[in-house]
Amino acid sequence: MDANTHAGVPGLYNPQFMDHVSHPDYRYVLEDATHTHEGVNPSCGDELTFYVRIGDDGTIEEASYQGHGCAISQASADMMSDLMVDKTPEEARTLCRTFMGMVRGEETDAEKIASLEDAAMLKDISHMPARVKCAELAWRTLDEMLAETQE
Amino acid sequence: MLTDPQLAAIAESPYKADFPLLVQNPQIAFLDSAATAQRPAAVLDAQRTFYETMNANPLRGLYRLSVAATSAIEDARGRIARFIGAIDEKGEPQASQIVFTRNTSESLNLVANTLGRQVVLGEGDEVVISIMEHHSNLIPWQQLCRETGARLVYLRMDEDFRITQQEIDEKIGPKAKIVSVTHVSNVLGVENDVAAIARRAHEMGAYMVVDGAQSVPHIGVDVRELDCDLLAFSAHKLGGPMGIGVLWGKADVLDAMPPFLTGGEMIDSVTETDAVWAPVPQKFEAGTQDAAGSFATDAAIAYLESLGMEAVEGRERALATYLTDSLAALDFVDVIGPTDGSRHIGAVSFDVHGVHPHDVSSILDASDVCIRAGHHCAQPLLTELGYQSTCRASVAFYNDKADVDRLVEGLKMVWQVFNGR
Repeated sequence: MDANTHAGVPGLYNPQFMDHVSHPDYRYVLEDATHTHEGVNPSCGDELTFYVRIGDDGTIEEASYQGHGCAISQASADMMSDLMVDKTPEEARTLCRTFMGMVRGEETDAEKIASLEDAAMLKDISHMPARVKCAELAWRTLDEMLAETQE
Repeated sequence: MLTDPQLAAIAESPYKADFPLLVQNPQIAFLDSAATAQRPAAVLDAQRTFYETMNANPLRGLYRLSVAATSAIEDARGRIARFIGAIDEKGEPQASQIVFTRNTSESLNLVANTLGRQVVLGEGDEVVISIMEHHSNLIPWQQLCRETGARLVYLRMDEDFRITQQEIDEKIGPKAKIVSVTHVSNVLGVENDVAAIARRAHEMGAYMVVDGAQSVPHIGVDVRELDCDLLAFSAHKLGGPMGIGVLWGKADVLDAMPPFLTGGEMIDSVTETDAVWAPVPQKFEAGTQDAAGSFATDAAIAYLESLGMEAVEGRERALATYLTDSLAALDFVDVIGPTDGSRHIGAVSFDVHGVHPHDVSSILDASDVCIRAGHHCAQPLLTELGYQSTCRASVAFYNDKADVDRLVEGLKMVWQVFNGR
């Protein structure tokens, strides 16, 4: 067995990560949301609803989420919500693609990964193929929501 | 609770040395045998021996190599038949009653698509299963009922996780055509009184099918005692290779069933417009079979027989009791199912308060403790129990007390990660 396959696991559940799980900043219903979208991960049973309010200037003013799931999907949603404030839909979708590439091990560019701010700490998910879908759920759902918005 | 001599007996495993993966990875506490067992060296050797010494297409060739390959399959049928008590009055194994498939799921799909279509005709007919079924003994019947308009009836558990005689009598009535129930639940580890269910099914004129995936590897299963009509199980859960399933059936039941898949080696004769089926079991085995897998399954059962199923069952019951007691002793863990460990055949499900089972499993993995987390292909059961997913640890005879202790230490770490600061 390759010892590296789970190299990132013990470190992943670190205090900074757990803070997003135990004390989320964006886990609430956004009453004046302009867009909502539901994301489901059938293998985990994760079910998250995402809320976004896009302002008159076309940027994301606020993002939040509700629902239940594993620590990875919850923390990932919290980090994402924080990152998306003041981003245009195009910028947001670029970040979503960067994140999904990172957790799949396809995006290794340090500068791009740094643009994910706190969410960059989920890089080691790329060593945990069984958990990629948990980490991606929030980002995939936001990307789908914004794609519909732009249509 | 276990006595001191019982604890001493599981302190170490004399069997780990027989399993190359466990020898090469002594750091691993493998507690997921309900998903698939580890394979002893004898099974791996058999797989290789087949290809090195008897590889040819079985049944087809008239030369000695092909005859050897054919014997590998036929001898395996005989050993499997004897292992599950499929023997005649003289004690001779009924090899022709053993049909090879790919796995338990395929065995059950075969039954639903052949016997099911033969006897379940439509509205007014009932198929009875239990709420504990693995999806492989649920979806084939659910879909058959949807297609034919028959009703799917569920046997439910009481608060003590038992299917009572009263429930059996109420749910299995004269409209029942097929009753198909799991012998042991893959989630709860509890054993169902299959003989009592079979008695009622037969009184009502229904066929009795048993999913033995979680029982055949762990307790001595005797089809004469269960008095079922058909029994399905998988080789990979008893130390054999992946990709070999077994369907046993009473001779007259199998004879009357139409074939499932058609093609090579399952016919007596074929014309441009018609075909005559080969006798059982070849009727159900279209195409080239996994002869090496059958040969290795033979070796897996020979290995279990060398240990003795009574010894296997006794040790596994002691390990399951120790596992249940150890989990129940943790105040942040709920055992899902009986807290009486002696009722668990291999598997124990549990919940760590406020922690998603996938996080539990990922953190345990960092300590090389392997458990299953999720819905265990039994979503209706989990819904009935009020869970979205659970953790499940399961033991086999090659485990020891230390494996369970490692799980407990790992769970304490999980709790620390989520609540430590």
